[in-house]
Amino acid sequence: METKEKETKAFIDEICSIPGGEKIRLCIQCGTCSASCPNVNKMDYTPRQLIAMARAGMKNEVLSSNSMWCCASCYLCTVRCPRDIRPTELMHALESMAIRYPSKNTSVTTPAMYASFSDFAYSLGNVPDVGFMALYFFRTNPLRALKMLPAALSLLRHKRLFIKTRRLKPEAGRQLKTIVDKAEELAGRI
Amino acid sequence: MRRHYTFFPGCCLDGNAVAYGLSLAAIAKVIDLDLIELEDWNCCGSTPQASVSELASLCHSSRNLALAEKKGLDIVTECSDCYLMFNKTNRHFQDNTKLKAILVTALAAGGLEYHGTLKIRHILDVIANDVGYDEIKSKVKVNLGELKVAPYYGCQVVRPLPNFDHPEDPQSLDKLVESLGAKVTPFPLKTRCCGGSLILSEEGLALQSIHRLLENAVSNGAELIVTVCPLCQANLDLYQGKVNRKFKTNYKIPILFFTQLMGIAFGIDNKTLGVEKCIVPADKVLAKSLQGDKGG
Repeated sequence: METKEKETKAFIDEICSIPGGEKIRLCIQCGTCSASCPNVNKMDYTPRQLIAMARAGMKNEVLSSNSMWCCASCYLCTVRCPRDIRPTELMHALESMAIRYPSKNTSVTTPAMYASFSDFAYSLGNVPDVGFMALYFFRTNPLRALKMLPAALSLLRHKRLFIKTRRLKPEAGRQLKTIVDKAEELAGRI
Repeated sequence: MRRHYTFFPGCCLDGNAVAYGLSLAAIAKVIDLDLIELEDWNCCGSTPQASVSELASLCHSSRNLALAEKKGLDIVTECSDCYLMFNKTNRHFQDNTKLKAILVTALAAGGLEYHGTLKIRHILDVIANDVGYDEIKSKVKVNLGELKVAPYYGCQVVRPLPNFDHPEDPQSLDKLVESLGAKVTPFPLKTRCCGGSLILSEEGLALQSIHRLLENAVSNGAELIVTVCPLCQANLDLYQGKVNRKFKTNYKIPILFFTQLMGIAFGIDNKTLGVEKCIVPADKVLAKSLQGDKGG
């Protein structure tokens, strides 16, 4: 099964090439990450299992699972991992791969939420609560916005929701975009 | 002694954490902190963005650090996520990682440079370690009496990088609350996760985390939770009602920013501190403790 081996190696190499994914080969499968994770009970596979599956080349199962999308980035696994593989950042690396993977899991909406956030950060330079949430609900299920209405009204009533947002000076916004575009161009070349 | 810092407010102070900014500005006057807002800052790059593109997120963060480095002062932020992002970015510059070369060239394309010399500070670190508990104690005007407070750190102020406090059993906020004259209640889950931004996309998962925290604080006798993180405050405060409906509980515990509690102890009025912006009202709990003060 040489092709399978090659595919497995290619998958692990791909993970290793993403910032945060570099150390996946060092995992000793002790399970400290899974035992520390506050959200493990909602995951299709525990972090330890996910790492084992990735190293076994189970690309489709890994990238279409909901596991990494349940990570709230609390970093408890990261400070406890005896091999210093930084499982939180590994989860981020898998997330960024899954976003670009064709058969992505359609039952999770976290990718759309993160993407909406990210789009605002890039295009405006900052992330206003209202705009970012509106974009996220528009992209997933606008009806869910109705469910959020009581929370939004509550924030509004307590003067914690603002329609007007802070804007960067145009030249500052352009500078930010130049930096991001340049970095992505350089990374693409490696 | 007046202390000067470059201040990075982050997006949340213009949004739902507006009370954090109001209370911080008010107490900064009392403890003589000069927080100079970084001009033309952009989003820190934040965890959600790192999940889409780590590199784009590091670029956002690097631009802020490059602007701040020119000022020559430590950069301080009140947001735990901004704090984490800046530390993470700094690590790339200081450890000379593969990404550093990309970031340096990208910054240069925007006419900027960053050398990794900046010290990244969280406002809790500055208040606990630069100002110090004795000075804080000396500014207290109102006896908080028997007010029982659970100090909630959340995750990202103490993790993942080694910094000013222990990653799982930190003490700085505990000591700070004590120096204000309030009673600290045991809070074993004080650095456990609130669910973060997953409250928007995985509500059930986040509500389970919030429920766990509220249960842990209240069963240990807390009447009030103070926090250092804008997102923790929003989740515990705004979603407390939903937790109650889902888990058939009846929590009514106010969630204040620690800067608001400092302001109360310093005798600053509730309006200036934005106390009325709490969804779970804090006035009853506070009034009770302050009344106890008059009686005693």
